[in-house]
Amino acid sequence: MATITKEEVRHVAHLARLAITDEEVEHFTEQLAKIVQFADKLNELDTTNVEPTTHVLPLENVLREDKSIAGLDREVMMKNVKDQEAGQVKVPAIMD
Amino acid sequence: MAYFTHTAKELQQKLAAKEVSVRQVTEHAFEQIEAVDAEVQAFLVLNKENALKQADELETTPFEERGPLFGLPIGLKDNIVTEGIETTASSKILEGFNPIYDATVVRKLREAGMITVGKINMDEFAMGSSNENSAYKKTKNPWNLAHVPGGSSGGSAAAVAAGEVPFALGSDTGGSIRQPAAFCGVVGMKPTYGRVSRFGLIAFASSLDQIGPITRTVEDNALLLEAISGVDEMDSTSANVEVPKFSEAIGKSIKGLRIGVPKEYMGEGVSEEVRASVLEALKVLEAQGAVWEEVSLPHSEYALATYYLLSSSEASSNLARFDGIRYGYRAEEAKNLLELYKMTRAQGFGDEVKRRIMLGTYSLSAGSYDAYYLKAQKVRTLIKQDFENVFENYDVIVGPTTPTPAFKVGENVDDPLTMYANDILTIPVNLAGVPGISIPCGFAADGLPLGLQIIGKHFDEATIYQVASAYESTTEFHKQTPALWEVKA
Repeated sequence: MATITKEEVRHVAHLARLAITDEEVEHFTEQLAKIVQFADKLNELDTTNVEPTTHVLPLENVLREDKSIAGLDREVMMKNVKDQEAGQVKVPAIMD
Repeated sequence: MAYFTHTAKELQQKLAAKEVSVRQVTEHAFEQIEAVDAEVQAFLVLNKENALKQADELETTPFEERGPLFGLPIGLKDNIVTEGIETTASSKILEGFNPIYDATVVRKLREAGMITVGKINMDEFAMGSSNENSAYKKTKNPWNLAHVPGGSSGGSAAAVAAGEVPFALGSDTGGSIRQPAAFCGVVGMKPTYGRVSRFGLIAFASSLDQIGPITRTVEDNALLLEAISGVDEMDSTSANVEVPKFSEAIGKSIKGLRIGVPKEYMGEGVSEEVRASVLEALKVLEAQGAVWEEVSLPHSEYALATYYLLSSSEASSNLARFDGIRYGYRAEEAKNLLELYKMTRAQGFGDEVKRRIMLGTYSLSAGSYDAYYLKAQKVRTLIKQDFENVFENYDVIVGPTTPTPAFKVGENVDDPLTMYANDILTIPVNLAGVPGISIPCGFAADGLPLGLQIIGKHFDEATIYQVASAYESTTEFHKQTPALWEVKA
């Protein structure tokens, strides 16, 4: 039976880039444990020789002709950027 | 006049006879929204000025150049991007986001002469079964405002059921078109995976998501699917297969057609009323010469766990792009970049979205990958094979769309597993990638609609429409409208 610890929940939140409060850690630990236990039901099935399905259609590489086409204008692409300067996206300090 | 009790065909006749103009039909959508949407709460954004302008422009097109959907209004689920119309997927993290291109389906609708009336509420990023996970509003079931419309395309189904628009698009990852269609008494189709381009659909789970039509009748549904289907170079998973004229399947005899009814879809957990309505529907199909037998989809009980692992894993990856940098919400007070990501996402995402990102990140993380993600992918193969086995001997699979009619607002919000169980009969269809429809098949004792699910082979939507229209042609359920509509129209 799988369990999930508060430390794991904090670690997963960090991997997912989600700030998380102590209250949420409690809440998610409890709920994720229930969901993960529910998912353990899959262990009832022997899947030793079963191939995983990543895609339902028998698709192979989908290629297109290698030619250059016009992209979107920079001005258009910057339309939704909150903080910008001289046509570039501004973010806070990357390192403290 | 309640325009939207009419089918597309009937509306085209009225337009051709100059009984009504394109502008009047468009205006009617906004009048009905004005009359009922304060209660139904389906629309997030209205596109009135542009829609009326487009209507006036279309008016001059000669009738012989018009297609079957020309000049008719449509509402779009808000995870379909529309250039110049705010698109949020009902999430705070996309508040104010103004897409810089149209989804392929939006372009196709415009080419068909359809008029976009507005954007429709949904569960945030399509995660939910009740529309209660929207960051903006809670859409209600037009048949009974104390009940949910279903989800995640609950707003799209409610808008059609309430007569606000005759057509809507939704998206279906685990039942998000069919379950709300069943709850709201309308027709909703999840096409075969790959049938409709996903370019411009804000991704939830890329191996499961499909856009599909929600309408009042089967024929209208077939016409709308025809308009949006087809391979697209902007979506490498769209299938390069012929798009048949689905509407030609309407009215074709179902004599000799073989129907499989999975025992797993008629057993424990499915309410007596739902079961009875399906058995009644099978009699209707039998009377027209179809034959049905009980079949088995033995891995059905594993579908729910498989789905939540796979869809959440894919979502945790897809939703990584919402970081506050290039569009949407950005946390103000972050001191460095890492904090900006974390705070933006913590403040911008709702609880259910966070829960699934956490589950998905966990199942993909080192130490869990084989036990959860890979295991689920293998079980997916078994579920897919279940369908292949049945389809060797049967043309379609028929069963209920949902185990119960629409539940009450607030009833399941605190219990994710109970909420998830709602999708138990629709999820396997997405895992197998096959098409499935929900059509109205009766009403529960409390007056809420019930849905019949018809599932077909890969790329065989035509046979689904054939069976659905055979059923519809001898029943009256699809002609019923909620009391709210009658009063206000």
